Amino acid sequence: MIHFVLLISRQGKVRLTKWYSPYSQKERTKVIRELGGVILNRGPKLCNFVDWRGFKVVYKRYASLYFCMCIDQDDNELEVLEIIHHFVEILDRYFGSVCELDLIFNFHKAYYILDELLLAGELQESSKKTVARLIAAQDSLVETAKEQASSISNIIAQATK
Amino acid sequence: MSGPSLMDSLFQRTLEDLIKGLRQQLIGEQAFISKALEEIRKEIKSTDLSTKSTALLKLCYLSNLHFHDMSFAAFHALEVLSSPRFSHKKIAYHAISLSFHDSTPVLLLITNHLRKDLTSTNEFEVSLSLQCLSRIANVDLARDLTPEVFTLLSSNKLYVRKRAVAVVLRVFEKYPDSVRVCFKRLVENLENYDPQILSAVVGVFSELACKDPRSYLPLAPEFYKILVDSKSNWISIKVLKIFAKLAPLEPRLANRVVEPICYLMRKTGAKSLLFECVRTVVTSFSEYESAVRLAVGKIREFMVDEDPNLKYLGLHALSIVASKHLWVVSENKEVVIKSLSDPDPNIKIESLRLVMAMVSEHNVAEISKVLVNYALKSDPLFCNEILGSILSTCSRNVYEIIVDFDWYVSLLGEMSRIPHCQMGEEIENQLVDIGLRVKDVRLELVRVARDLLIDPALLGNSFLHRVLSAAAWVSGEYVEFSRNPLELMEALLQPRTSLLPPSIMAIYIQSAFKVLVFCLHTCFVRGGSTAGVSASASYESFDDLSVENGAGSTVAHGQTCTSAPITNESIVNLLKLVELALSPLLGSHDVEVQERARNLLGFVDLIKLEALNSSGQEENDSEQKGVEATKIIRMVHDAFSKELGPVSLSAQGKVPVPDGLTLNENLGDLETICSDIELPSSNTFSFGYPSEEKDVSSFSNLQIKEDSGQSNESTSLLAEHRKRHGLYYLPSGKSEVISNDYPPANDPALQGDNNDTASDLVKLTAESLVPKRKPNHSKPRPVVVKLDEADEKPVAVKHPESRDDSLSGAVLDILFGSEDILPTSSRSNLPSSNRKGKEKQHMITQVESKENVVGDGNSSSRRRKDHSHGKERRHRKKNAEERNETDRKEKESSSNHPRRQKSRQRAEEPLKVPPQTSVIPDFLL
Repeated sequence: MIHFVLLISRQGKVRLTKWYSPYSQKERTKVIRELGGVILNRGPKLCNFVDWRGFKVVYKRYASLYFCMCIDQDDNELEVLEIIHHFVEILDRYFGSVCELDLIFNFHKAYYILDELLLAGELQESSKKTVARLIAAQDSLVETAKEQASSISNIIAQATK
Repeated sequence: MSGPSLMDSLFQRTLEDLIKGLRQQLIGEQAFISKALEEIRKEIKSTDLSTKSTALLKLCYLSNLHFHDMSFAAFHALEVLSSPRFSHKKIAYHAISLSFHDSTPVLLLITNHLRKDLTSTNEFEVSLSLQCLSRIANVDLARDLTPEVFTLLSSNKLYVRKRAVAVVLRVFEKYPDSVRVCFKRLVENLENYDPQILSAVVGVFSELACKDPRSYLPLAPEFYKILVDSKSNWISIKVLKIFAKLAPLEPRLANRVVEPICYLMRKTGAKSLLFECVRTVVTSFSEYESAVRLAVGKIREFMVDEDPNLKYLGLHALSIVASKHLWVVSENKEVVIKSLSDPDPNIKIESLRLVMAMVSEHNVAEISKVLVNYALKSDPLFCNEILGSILSTCSRNVYEIIVDFDWYVSLLGEMSRIPHCQMGEEIENQLVDIGLRVKDVRLELVRVARDLLIDPALLGNSFLHRVLSAAAWVSGEYVEFSRNPLELMEALLQPRTSLLPPSIMAIYIQSAFKVLVFCLHTCFVRGGSTAGVSASASYESFDDLSVENGAGSTVAHGQTCTSAPITNESIVNLLKLVELALSPLLGSHDVEVQERARNLLGFVDLIKLEALNSSGQEENDSEQKGVEATKIIRMVHDAFSKELGPVSLSAQGKVPVPDGLTLNENLGDLETICSDIELPSSNTFSFGYPSEEKDVSSFSNLQIKEDSGQSNESTSLLAEHRKRHGLYYLPSGKSEVISNDYPPANDPALQGDNNDTASDLVKLTAESLVPKRKPNHSKPRPVVVKLDEADEKPVAVKHPESRDDSLSGAVLDILFGSEDILPTSSRSNLPSSNRKGKEKQHMITQVESKENVVGDGNSSSRRRKDHSHGKERRHRKKNAEERNETDRKEKESSSNHPRRQKSRQRAEEPLKVPPQTSVIPDFLL
């Protein structure tokens, strides 16, 4: 299974973290620091796998972002590479040629997409089209709710009751 | 303090504002964040759910990417969760799965929220709560929500169902009893035609099978069908993973599966699937020659591929094959060696592992040479990687693969001179270890040590200090093999030794002490006339000259293998050198250094007068003093000439506590014990001398002649000690070789054991009595001293995790369809006689081993577990063949691990055997 997903920028800034195994806040910072050091320092034409504390970390660089996933020793590295690529393609489709800024400002959306893709550290949905449809459906649910909420009358009603 | 006002709500910063502000960094990141956090703390208390949820979202952002603690908002997240709006729920669930953990106090309150959403009609809400459950489930949540998850497993919304399937894995993990409820539905989903659901189910089973494959054997037919029919690579990979676990358990299954796997391997275009096939074959089907050959062909393609990923995986797969089929590695030797110079460190390490796998006693010399050359050229990190693996491979199983120790010792010397070498500690250990274990190599060892010591440049490298300390110890301990002790002395006392850390400095001083004593002894006692005793016998074996010439002869200078003769004059210089070098150390701040320097200088003071005298005029009026000094020299020399042998780690444990001995008793009558020791019998130490080629009889003569008996007191005390506590010492081979009237009765442990390891211990071969100056390389492998148990590799006892244990128990129950599950108490108390004769029943008994010697800490948890699971489970076996198969497995497992106790044991027993004896532990849990 996938233990965690990290998105790290080339400058070492964290753009997204998702933990499927229990890690305390302290461990999380430590993991990110350690892995960031290892992965960012690897040259461009090397293999995409790193042995790390008995696990394997599969990473791939897209533009200025490193997508990293940590898996068990006997998981399939190439499969995880495909999952990463899959994720990137879905993001691309959703944001329309995604860039780092999209992920910065819509960090929660990136999470929601990842949640559709992976659940409990396993791949949930291998169809890009389905993921796009599901996300769109949820977005419209959110939008309708938001419209209601942001109307001035609503706010005044809330505040004066 | 007032709550947030309307204005606050109206002009609340959104997430976007927060992010923008952070990026602009007008007031610095930390300041901005703490300001934002302050706002959030205020906003999150708002009664307006929109304000609250926005605050929560911002907090998530800060917690997630800037690692700020958000545990204070746990309750607020729950409040947002209760909102009817989807957008709020979404934020709340996100926050909860991000921040909740097992010890979050409000975890108890979430159960009802989750339940409500799990039964919601909105599939997205269900999905959100499932997602959350998968992340935060603990025992209570898993237990309480099992019914809801069970219902969802057969939901007609595929989207919900596949998510429920994935969550089941976490629920099982936390609350194994849920297996009884959900497992059947999970299995039913295996027959689903929707690839997404199938993928989820297979994913769950591949995780479950990792932990305990045996329980899922009965499902093999279903998996087989999926393997053959599957069109999706995702699913095929997972099924292959399952079979990789199942196949080793059941050869007939392997027989059936190997063909489809090979077919997949030939036909597939996807590299990931291909690699999974290859890995499955090499890990679990390694006895199928044709399949392995096919896989190896693919591995070769991987290894020569341009893509570094494939290359790495190819090498990785090769190292899996290597454990069973070494020929594969040698076939691909060129590729592997070439990869050693790959730019990618991971590939280099992988190929290094493979190269080390190829090492045998025939090629170890060549391979090490190649690798050391690589180490010289490569970066520090990889260089040490190489050196480390050479060291660990060569020392494996007490230097199993080393035949020519002279070569190995000089390799160690060479390795420590490699500029990047940081393996000083390991080299140190091995140098000392080899010195202790292998007698024949000591000559070469001392030579290597001398070369290291004499080079002043090495003292500047702090990584080498450990090696130097070993070198100093070796040359002090085995100084009699040294060609030129005087030169050695100069090396040990050279000015640059001040660069050494105090602990190593102390070893240098001690070694200098030994060397000095040796020189003095050679010069005065053996060469000199004063003592008048033929003590030189102790060195006979490596003396060129016989020095049995009587008193008065002064010719026997430098009669050892030393090339430079030790004259009185050189001794005087030596003493001066010692004084010169050590007097500054008297003020050392390190107690050890100071004390040893003092010792040595004190000794020099004692000797100096006589040495000076005898240099001036020989054997005249200072006779009396000379005798005194000689006595001292001999005494100290005797103390040093006692050889230290390796001591078995388990030596202490071997001594049985004699009856009537209370170890905790006050040492009131210490005097009687002491007087006991003071009674050395003249012959007691005859067997006390280990391998040092000491003529025992002549030595005991010496002892008799020595009327004072004092000079040998230290030796005899040691011997006495050895006699009394012989089994702490390594038995000396000498006692077997020489004609000794005293059988080694002091080794009760060895005699008691009397097993073959005892005979392996030390065989002092006849050849070691005539040491070779120049070892020829065709000589047989020298004897390596081994201790019986201490060198045995500790067997890693795996304690199966209780969770898996109970999980698989539950799974077995379901799979074998035991509807008649008895209540716990009645089952555990079932009289064993009841079991007899029930042919169709198969019992799994969990035996709690009572011998909790060490693991007392676990006992309470075990006992608790025992309550629910430490019981016999009875299963009606559907067919006889499964029973046979378990019989077989049980036999194999019991023969594999006959000695382990203390681990949780489960017995699977064949039924013909009476129950009392049939509880055979099965460790393959």
